[in-house]
Order: sequence, then C-alpha cells, then structure tokens
Amino acid sequence: METNKYTAKDFATDQEVRWCPGCGDYSILKQVQTVMPEIGVPKEDIVFISGIGCSSRFPYYMETYGMHSIHGRATAIASGLKAARPDLSVWIITGDGDSLSIGGNHLIHLLRRNFDTNILLFNNQIYGLTKGQYSPTSEEGKKTKSTPMGSIDHPFNPLALCMGADATFVARTMDRDPKHMRQMLQRSNEHKGTSLLEIYQNCNVFNDGAFFGYTDKATKSEQTLFLEHGQPLIFGVNKEKGIKLDGFKPIVVSLDKVTEDELWVHDEKNRVKADLLTRFFGEDLPRPFGVFYSEERTCYEDALQAQIDQAVELKGEGDLDTLLRGSNTWEIE
Amino acid sequence: MTQETVEKVVIFFAGDSGDGIQLTGTQFTNTTALHGNDLSTFPDFPAEIRAPQGTLAGVSGFQISFGSTEIYTPGDECDVLVVMNVAALKANIKRLKKGGAIILNLDGFDKRNMKLAGFSEEQNPLFDNSLEGYQVSEMNVTKLTRECLVDSVLGTKEKDRCKNMFVLGFIYWMYNRTLDHTIQFLSDKFKNKPDVFDANIKVLKAGYNFANTCEVSSGRFEVKPAKMARGTYRNIMGNQAAAMGFIAGAQQSGLDLFYGSYPITPASDILHELAKHKNFKVRSFQAEDEIAAISAAIGASFGGALGVTATSGPGVALKGEAIGLAFMLELPLVIVNVQRGGPSTGLPTKTEQADLLQAVYGRNGEAPVPVISASTPSDCFSAALEACRIAIEHMTPVFFLSDGYIANGAEPWCFPQSKDLPSIKPKMATANTDYLPYKRDEKLVRNWAVPGMQGLEHRVGGLEKENETGNVSYDSDNHQMMVKTRAEKVERIADFIPDQQLDSGAQQAKILVLGWGSTYGAIKSAIKELLAEGKSVAHAHLRYIVPFPNNLGKLLEGYDHIVIPEINNGQLIKLIRDKYLVDAKGLNKIKGTPFQSREIKNHLLDLLNGD
Ligand SMILES: Cc1ncc(C[n+]2csc(CCOP(=O)(O)OP(=O)(O)O)c2C)c(N)n1
Ligand code: SF4
Ligand SMILES: [Mg+2]
Repeated sequence: METNKYTAKDFATDQEVRWCPGCGDYSILKQVQTVMPEIGVPKEDIVFISGIGCSSRFPYYMETYGMHSIHGRATAIASGLKAARPDLSVWIITGDGDSLSIGGNHLIHLLRRNFDTNILLFNNQIYGLTKGQYSPTSEEGKKTKSTPMGSIDHPFNPLALCMGADATFVARTMDRDPKHMRQMLQRSNEHKGTSLLEIYQNCNVFNDGAFFGYTDKATKSEQTLFLEHGQPLIFGVNKEKGIKLDGFKPIVVSLDKVTEDELWVHDEKNRVKADLLTRFFGEDLPRPFGVFYSEERTCYEDALQAQIDQAVELKGEGDLDTLLRGSNTWEIE
Repeated sequence: MTQETVEKVVIFFAGDSGDGIQLTGTQFTNTTALHGNDLSTFPDFPAEIRAPQGTLAGVSGFQISFGSTEIYTPGDECDVLVVMNVAALKANIKRLKKGGAIILNLDGFDKRNMKLAGFSEEQNPLFDNSLEGYQVSEMNVTKLTRECLVDSVLGTKEKDRCKNMFVLGFIYWMYNRTLDHTIQFLSDKFKNKPDVFDANIKVLKAGYNFANTCEVSSGRFEVKPAKMARGTYRNIMGNQAAAMGFIAGAQQSGLDLFYGSYPITPASDILHELAKHKNFKVRSFQAEDEIAAISAAIGASFGGALGVTATSGPGVALKGEAIGLAFMLELPLVIVNVQRGGPSTGLPTKTEQADLLQAVYGRNGEAPVPVISASTPSDCFSAALEACRIAIEHMTPVFFLSDGYIANGAEPWCFPQSKDLPSIKPKMATANTDYLPYKRDEKLVRNWAVPGMQGLEHRVGGLEKENETGNVSYDSDNHQMMVKTRAEKVERIADFIPDQQLDSGAQQAKILVLGWGSTYGAIKSAIKELLAEGKSVAHAHLRYIVPFPNNLGKLLEGYDHIVIPEINNGQLIKLIRDKYLVDAKGLNKIKGTPFQSREIKNHLLDLLNGD
C-alpha cells in the first residue's frame, strides 16, 4: 500500500488490547496509530521495540514489525537493530521502571551515541505490571505496597538525567492532551538522532491522579507551561503570568507588572536554558511541556557506515581468501 | 662449536611483564613457523598488567614447542628456559627438565632484583648451587644492550626496552633461524620511528653475533622442517581464527556480521580482530556491558544480520536472560564463551573448561541451546563457522566454547580456500505471502521475515507463543507443546551434523578417552604414545555437545572404560552419564593450566595396569 493511503486503522492489529479500562496507555496507542500514516514510512519499515511492563505490551497492538523483549533492554536491542539497519524507523516503548531502573544504563548510552531512534517513555511514576510498587520516578514519601511507611528514595528527574547524558532531543507531553501528544510524536519522528519523549501517563489502578494537576481543567493552566520555540514563557488561566530569568534563577512574574519582551523566550537550541527548564520540577514553578531541547549531532549508525565506507575505500572490499592467507605463509611440498 | 640435529624442542621465555616476553615469543613462533616446523604455543600472562617490577607476580611467560615431527601441545617439560631476571627463574625452574639449558640475564640477578623478588642475598641461585645439573649460559643482557647502543639518540629507558631483541637474536642463532622475518616485522612496526627501528635491529644482530662468537651457548641446534601434509600454511591463534570464522559465516550466508561485545579477558582479542575488518562490512560494537552487547546482537539479528557476541564466563552469567529471549524468538545468534578460571572473577588470565554446564543449562525455563566447542587454535575457525551455520539454518542461538589456552595459543594452519567452505542457507520468508511466524518445517525451523519485507509485519517476544501464529498464549496445553517442540528442534540438529569419529585407536578397546575442547592436543599425544606401545586405547573428541552426535551412544559401547579428562571438576562427564547411563570416569585438573600429556598417559597406564 502507498504510504499516503494509510489510515490509523491500518496500524491496529487483531489482538485484543489488554490494559485496564481507563489506563492512559490507550490514549497513547491511539495517538501513535493516528500519527503513523503521517510520517510517510511504509509499514514494513517501521519497528516497535519494547521492554517489559504494562506499557511494553504496546508492540502487540501495532501492525508493524515489533519485539516485546526483556526488562530494560529495548534501548540496547534497538541500538543493534539501528546499527545493522539504518534504513528502518525504530521506535522504543518503555516504562519508568523499564528505562530508568533496570534499563538506566542502556538508556544513557543510547542517548550519548545518538542512534536515530524514537523513545516513548511512559512515565506513570509506578510499577504497573508488578502491581504497584514505587518506581524511580515516584515522589519521596510515596506509600506503596513496598513502601508502607513512605518511599525514602529520592526520585529521578528523567529529563534532567537525559540532558546530562547529552541527549539531542528532549520533550515532554501527557496522555490527556492528544493534540499536543501528536505534535510531539511528529517532532520526535522528524528529529534525526535519539529523541526522548516523556509521556505522563495515568495508571488509574495503582497511581491514579499522579498528574491530575497538569491534566485537570481546574488546575491545568496554572500548573503547566507549554513551550514553543521563539515564544515567551507564558502561562495561567488568562495567560497572565510569565517566566523571567533573574541571572540563572527563573522567577514567575505577573504580566501586568512586566512586559512580554522582558520574559524568557524559549530557544530549543539553547542547552543551558534547556537544562534550567528540566529543573522546573517542584511545586513553585509550572511544569513545562513541549520540546525542551533539540540539537543536530552525528548519529552513531552514520559514523559507523562512514568508517565502513572508508575501510572499503582504503583496503578494497574484504576478500575472504586474502584474510585467510594473512601476510606470512609457507609451502609444504 | 657442535651442531646437533634434534627432533623437538620446548622453550620457555620468562621475564617481567615489561620485558617484551610475549613479543619475543611471538616473533620466535612466526619465524619458526616460516621455517616449516610444526609447533604449538602457550602464553602465560600475569594476572596484573603492571604488577610491581621484578616480582614473582609480575612474571610473564611464553612456551613454545616446535619440531620436525607432529606437535600437538606446547610440551610438558621445557628443554630451554630463558629468563630475564631472578623472579622469572624462581617462578619457572620447575618447568625445566633435568639437565635442561638455562639462558639467563645476569643483570636481572643483582642485589636489587633479588630484593624485588623477595629473596635474601644468600638465596641467589647463581651462588647456592641450586643450578647444578643444568647447562647455564649467562650473559649481561642489559649491559650488552646499552653498550651496543652507546651511539643511539635514545634514552636509557628506551634502550633497555630493546633487550628482548638481544635474547631473540641469541636464540635465533642457537636454532639456526634467519632474522629476516623479525627485521621485516620491526620495519613495519617502527615505520615512523627510524631511531627505534635502528636500535632494535642493532641489538637483535648483536645478540645473534654474541651467540656466534662467545662460547656461552651450550651449542647450536638444527630442527628440520616437519613432514606435514602438503599445502600452504600460516600461523594462527585461536581468537584470530574464531574472528575469521565469523567473517566467513557472514560471507557464506550472505548476511552482514554484527558483533556486539564488552571487553573481557580472554575474549577481547576477537573484538580487536573484528574491529580491524570493517572493509568486510563487519559492524563491531563495543557495548556498555555484556547485557547490552547481546541485546544489540539480538536486535541486529532481528534486522536480518548475523548477530554474534563474545565474552567469558562472568559475561555469560550476565547474558543469561537475553539468551533465553533469543531462544524464544528463534533468531540466529552466536554466543562465544572464551572460558577462563572461575568462579566469579576467578583466574582471569588462566584457562579452564568450567563453563560447560553454564552453557548447557544456565538459563531460566526450558531453554536448550546447541553447544559447539573448538579443540585447537586453528579449529576455532571451523567451529565458529559451524556455529554460524547451525544458528542460521536452524534459527537458534548457539554457544561456541573456546578457552584461554587455545584462544591465545598458536599453531600452523593449512588454511582453507573460500570455495571449499560450506555455504549457509538462511530460511527467509517470501514477501507478500501468508506468513505464520512460528510455522515450522520438517526440521521444526521457522521462516525468517525481517523488517522491510512487505506484508510480513509481525510481532515477536519473550512471552509464550501460540503455535504457528506466535500470538501471546497462556494456554497450558499449548505451553507444554511449545516447550517440547523447541527442545525437539534442538535435538533434531543431530540429524544435520556429522557422526562422531574416532580420532585414533580402534572401535573396540579397553579404554576410550572422550574429550572436548582444548584437551585435544594433550590427549592425542598421550594416546599416540600408548598406541605405539601397543596399548588398547582409543580417543574420540567431541565438537558437538548439544546435541550429541547420533552415533555417540553406540560408539561408547565398544569400550570397557570411558575416561573423560577435563579442566574442571567434572562437567561433560555428568552429561554423558545422564544421557547414556555409562560408568564414565573423570580425570580432572583444576589448576588454571592445561593437561600435560604425560599426566593423561600416566593415568591411563595406571588404569590399564589395574585391569
Ligand atoms: C528481569 C526482570 N525483573 C523483574 C521483572 C518484573 N517486572 C516486570 S515489569 C516491572 C516494572 C514495570 O514498571 P514500568 O517499567 O514502570 O512499566 P509499567 O508497568 O508501569 O508500564 C517489573 C519489576 C521482570 N519482568 N524481569
Ligand atoms: S496497571 Fe496501571 S499502567 Fe498497567 S494497565 Fe492498569 S492502569 Fe495501565
Ligand atoms: Mg511505570
């Protein structure tokens, strides 16, 4: 089928979707299936690779090539796939436990190598599949089955971690804002290099309402900040608040006191400011959504191919008999 | 000066790890190979790369056995011991046969070196008569090297680094070898450092001339070329041969080679070798750990490449879960274990065969994986190629077992021509046909559809699958059926491998020695001698351990006793007893070193005499 004739339905499989009713994963699946026809890649050239977790069931529901692998290793598997097959569109599906606990090591190494793959990190701040233990993104003090007196782990700030690993594309969206999510999926796909998209995902069974502050009508506009390249940082019910930089310190200002041109203007290419944005992580500042950072940097698979081409150019295409013979031989008559 | 013709010589070079002993050994080996001798080598590395200078812990060794007859092992006892300092002598004198020759660097026996080695002045072997009964040739290697380089612009440290060339030159004279190969080697190595090149050549020649003119040497020897089968030969090390086997596996199957690995002794040289051959489109990938290395290889295989990953025992422990995944996915993958002394970090630079049961059983769930082993350095080539063939044609992960002894050992190799290598046929699916990912053929092998093939989009995973469709299934009958089917698939590989042959001896005899892996040379030498003495013994050496060759059970019936020598506490023996219910007896050595052939021979003689 021609790629421009696909519809979202073409990306649905015949397998029954098995998440709990009301799970945020449904929305993500729907948006991904909606975006796929738009990326202009034939179905057979798309691969979804996941680890283990509720979220990692995802590939079973995508009518593309797919692998539901082992806990934490989707990033490493995708690295090998992309190294061997740079022509494919590779998507990694992972949970907060999968990517930041057991798979933390592979995640940071994938980011620094910058394989051209898209990571969708389903962050529900809980271990869903194993029925509700705290995860590396759960807040301190969280009471779960494994932390009856409250968690004493300090949580990861996933996007700050990824910036620290020199990620070339870092973005955040949420399950309850389909339109924004589709935009972010598009942007992830367009980015050449590893794109990391954190998706706030509600686990209504074990961690219901973790992100309600950002998704609920009543609080959303106060607590969220939608980033747009070249635009000032403005939020609030009536867009009446902005963010200003006081040295390196972001402060919330009221727009009736300061003018727009004094505000922080978002620049996706500015690493230092992106770092600061990832640190909007407490109660005092709104939580940013959108593309924090985007940078062009050589992808591992391209550098690898360049070395192969260079080796072929220097030594000629490998000849097995020459290799077997080596440089020193002798004859026995 | 006398000149004597000898059939076989064993030399052991020993010195500080900074003395260039391995280079000396390899140069002598290559020159000896080009001279036409049969040979076998065994490097003995210290555990620490930079152990304190002059200490026993820092001694690096290199053993070579060469001759005009067939050579199967690096030799039991040494005829010649070359030592650069007193620590090297103390650590290795036990290897030297009675009356053997010692060539020693006097400068390594001074007060300072005695102290470094942890001995008092009174214990100096030069003066305590402990070397009586050996033929000792003494020379001031350090001093002579410096004198020879008085005019050189090099600093003292750099000059001293040339002293291994003095010794090499000396030995070249003793065994009538030409300097040509080493001169060529040095000119390549120091292409851009003419001063260093000049100095090395000067010292090499000085050592050669010193042996010729001074009466220190115990004589000059001639070792005639060996009568080996006709053909063109080269020298080869095990890890190098394995690397070539994988390149050949890729070429013969038309797949691209992806090699994922995390450095570990003694497997790293495979990574180094493959990284050199990018012009074969080898994609070598140094991963962040062993789990990532195998995972990346699985990803590459999913994409239609030949995924290979290599490590040693500790790394295999980490890869276990991913091997299970590859087994469930039924994708081609080769896992190399260059075994070393265990458990845990164990003896990283020493050899052992103690990871066999790990390879056979070391996974969760019912996950049998074919296991193939290599028996000599050059055999690593064909065993690696065979591992690729089985992985690709039977759609399964395959274990390839080697060990530190054959990985670093070298021997002459009558290398094959590519046109004589088997071709490997991947079982590719056809695009735009009805595709059931887990539908099987008569070998129980599934078809392989890779991303990019239109109309064959499908999902695989580690969850139990429904028969044929591959959809997730929790059905209990289906699970039992799938477990049995996957096991049967691996068992059926036995129909596609050669029958077990005897290496030597008759179909019926008192004793069959059944070996696997690197014990080959020592067993072969022992059996050869016993057969020559008219003893009723035979030798079979296993390449295929999972599955065993179809005829193995029948073959075992021809003998009163079955003896299984292993460099472990008894592992193959468990598999043999389990499968064939035979009363096999083990011969086990767990010292981090290979068997000597006389150890095997004596054991068999005891058994024969006890009969
Ligand atoms: C090696 C291994 N250890 C542990 C598990 C059990 N396990 C499965 S999923 C999971 C955590 C999942 O959490 P997350 O990645 O956040 O995914 P979610 O279910 O929340 O989507 C754990 C601990 C496993 N499958 N494999
Ligand atoms: S447990 Fe939570 S994350 Fe998992 S499917 Fe149910 S709602 Fe979704
Ligand atoms: Mg989670």
